[in-house]
Amino acid sequence: MNPFRLLTEKPWLSTPQTVGGMTVEVSQASLVPPQKVALRVFLGVVGVLFGLFFTAYFIRMGLADWRPMPEPQQLWFNTLLLFLGSITLQWTSHVVRRGETGLVKIGLLLGAIFTFGFVFGQVSVWQQMTAEGYYLSSNPANSFFYVLTGLHALHILGGLWVWTRASVRVMAGAKPEVVRLSVGLCATYWHFLLLVWLAVFALISYT
Amino acid sequence: MTSYVPIADQSHVMHDPHTFITKYVWSQDHKVIAIQYGGTAIFVGLIALVLSAMMRLQLGYPDTFSFIDPANYIQFVTMHGMIMVIYLLTALFLGGFGNYLIPLQLGARDMVFPYLNMLSYWFYLLSVLILLASFFVTGGPTGAGWTLYPPQAILRGTPGTDGPGIILMLVSLLVFIMAFTMGGLNYVTTVLQARTHGMTLMRMPLSVWGIFVATILALFAFPALFVSALMMLLDKLLGTSFFMPALASLGQVSEHTGGSPILFQHLFWFFGHPEVYIVALPAFGLVSDVLSTHARKNIFGYRMMVWAIVAIGGLSFIVWAHHMYVSGMNPYFGFFFAFTTLIIAIPTAIKVYNWVLTLWHGNIRMTVPMLFAMGFIFTFIHGGLTGIFLGNVTVDLPLSDTYFVVAHFHMVMGVSPVMVLFAAIYHWYPKITGKMFNVTLGKIHFWATFLGTYAIYLPMHYLGFLGVPRRYFALGSTDFIPDSAMALNANITQAAIFVGVMQLLFIYNIISSLRNGAPAGGNPWESVSLEWQTPDTPPRHGNWGDKLPVVYRWAYEYGVPGVKDDFVPQNVPPEEVVMEPGAGKYVDRSEGHYS
Ligand code: HEM
Ligand SMILES: [Cu+2]
Repeated sequence: MNPFRLLTEKPWLSTPQTVGGMTVEVSQASLVPPQKVALRVFLGVVGVLFGLFFTAYFIRMGLADWRPMPEPQQLWFNTLLLFLGSITLQWTSHVVRRGETGLVKIGLLLGAIFTFGFVFGQVSVWQQMTAEGYYLSSNPANSFFYVLTGLHALHILGGLWVWTRASVRVMAGAKPEVVRLSVGLCATYWHFLLLVWLAVFALISYT
Repeated sequence: MTSYVPIADQSHVMHDPHTFITKYVWSQDHKVIAIQYGGTAIFVGLIALVLSAMMRLQLGYPDTFSFIDPANYIQFVTMHGMIMVIYLLTALFLGGFGNYLIPLQLGARDMVFPYLNMLSYWFYLLSVLILLASFFVTGGPTGAGWTLYPPQAILRGTPGTDGPGIILMLVSLLVFIMAFTMGGLNYVTTVLQARTHGMTLMRMPLSVWGIFVATILALFAFPALFVSALMMLLDKLLGTSFFMPALASLGQVSEHTGGSPILFQHLFWFFGHPEVYIVALPAFGLVSDVLSTHARKNIFGYRMMVWAIVAIGGLSFIVWAHHMYVSGMNPYFGFFFAFTTLIIAIPTAIKVYNWVLTLWHGNIRMTVPMLFAMGFIFTFIHGGLTGIFLGNVTVDLPLSDTYFVVAHFHMVMGVSPVMVLFAAIYHWYPKITGKMFNVTLGKIHFWATFLGTYAIYLPMHYLGFLGVPRRYFALGSTDFIPDSAMALNANITQAAIFVGVMQLLFIYNIISSLRNGAPAGGNPWESVSLEWQTPDTPPRHGNWGDKLPVVYRWAYEYGVPGVKDDFVPQNVPPEEVVMEPGAGKYVDRSEGHYS
């Protein structure tokens, strides 16, 4: 949908069409599943949320008491896990379309293992940090680190909820097309959160 | 492009809920949710109204009321402001009218995600309860001002910082934002995808346009409030220093290091200014429909109105720092924001002209909703003009934080949207309840409110010129505030109490008319938009009976020459329009006449 086209539209000039025996003009409401549209809008909202945090980060960074923070090496490993999770879900959404129930189950399971791996990895990074004396309020870079990674992990857990519902259905023997939409949505969401994570990671490294 | 509309015609809503609980409590019907939102919002609004009466009593008659001390006063100011802006206006326009009107005006059976919609209401209720709980905790609610500026918002000495007051406020805001996001995703998706046959975007009533664009603004502006509330909560609870600078307070050096209070101001107003339009755009939309219906004329310049709504929505994100002229910013920065602020006046003025031109040569019916809608035009022009004063840096500097500002924002975002709310409630009341309200009471309510609010706010401009500061418990004796100003304050208070009491008429009217009102019929105002064409009034679950309506034209076909009824509903096929004898064939005026 091109917003400019929409705003310059002249419905009274368009040619009417026949629908179910009646002549009406098109309503342009498309048949994309509403869940997809809602997800896109939601990703916009989450994007703005993190974008504002990033802006705050840059501004705060310019102030006098900012001290750089060590970057735990384990974050690289966690990134790899999330990346694999994202890929697996993409692959799952592919095999769902081909209707291969067995592969779908494997895909969902693997995706969850990688994703939980990522979340536990993050938790263990937090433990390392606190063990070394870098607490939430020790310095502003740390504060941002905990807040950003925490919020990001919460969003991942939110996605896992949709994943769980889809998996429960598949395990209970539902046909793959039933979960096709949810798996596709999960894949999109995971890619998005991977992007957000890469941005967060870049920011943390850039102290 | 296919035109078939299965998404609007969801079959699952066709199963009527049976028990009382599923019908009225855990309801997923957009109309019930709308009423739940509306009722809750009006309820908290009344609390905010009582708070304003208390403030006025103190200001009008200082040293008289022992139950108001300086701490209470600033707590009242804060809770009054926050409740009015967020929990009343935002919730009532979007949660209330958005929920009621979007599916009905677009010809859908319900919102696309009814369950999420229900959740949205219960989260909203939760946020309200958390907010109200702060009245009952030790130390009472926060007294940080509705802008919640740090550092004072969370430093000892400000009311609500010894107890959980400020924490409850911040948590309540976070919950509210989650509630809104659930609702907002619904509104946007429904508008984009659940329109019925023939309902193109450029045929939607302006109410839906206003609510739609306001929802998009809110979805992208509330994150800024979310971010600032969350970081402030951490500053308060866990000792981080996002916003808190290093400082000594009450003789103690605080644990905070060099955070930036200005950063908070930027984030807050990046939300705060769009918030003004989150409230204003739905009001613009609703009032356009009310004016057009009761003037029996098509809205003047429909497409221009849509563009103006979109343009205002876009511009509202780049003017926020006009609230921060006194924060010590770079003068070039101030110049930029003054410039954008004045630009936004252009689409706004276009809208005002178009409303006036809609009335011009109309066949005006002075109904109660029409009175309120016309009252809105007055108060909005008034508040808009003082906004141009305050948008200019050099004029704003001396007026900042005075009663001139209080007068300005009450006119533009207090009284004006409330006028529209009343217009809209009276206008749609017959559809929502099936009953007609008492017209005489409605007219008394209008004149009391309209004239009364002028009696309150007009003198405040003058107080502002004198330099009377806002958020002050008492003025004491100063040279620049003459005794006459004190007398004026007493008069303002009398007017405020009068206006407040007259709102009881409204409450009485809407409640008693439920029982005693005359049956209104399906389309008492002879409106053309779809919600007035439902098979049942009030509309039943699923709205449309077995078949969705089909739309043939725009929502403003009033006063059509030659047509017998002087209006043509959106869903009447051209061949079925009844003409006056000898008037010839019906020509859809949409053709070319309203570009
Ligand atoms: C009869 C109706 C109303 C009366 C008498 C009233 C009165 C007041 C008073 C006395 C103040 C405090 C001024 C000060 O000491 O600084 C105030 C502040 C405020 N009012 Fe109202 N008000 C009314 C309606 C509204 C409405 C409908 C809104 C909705 C936008 C609103 C929004 C605010 C805001 C945002 C503040 C600023 C709070 C702050 O400074 O933190 N008011 N009002
Ligand atoms: Cu503003």
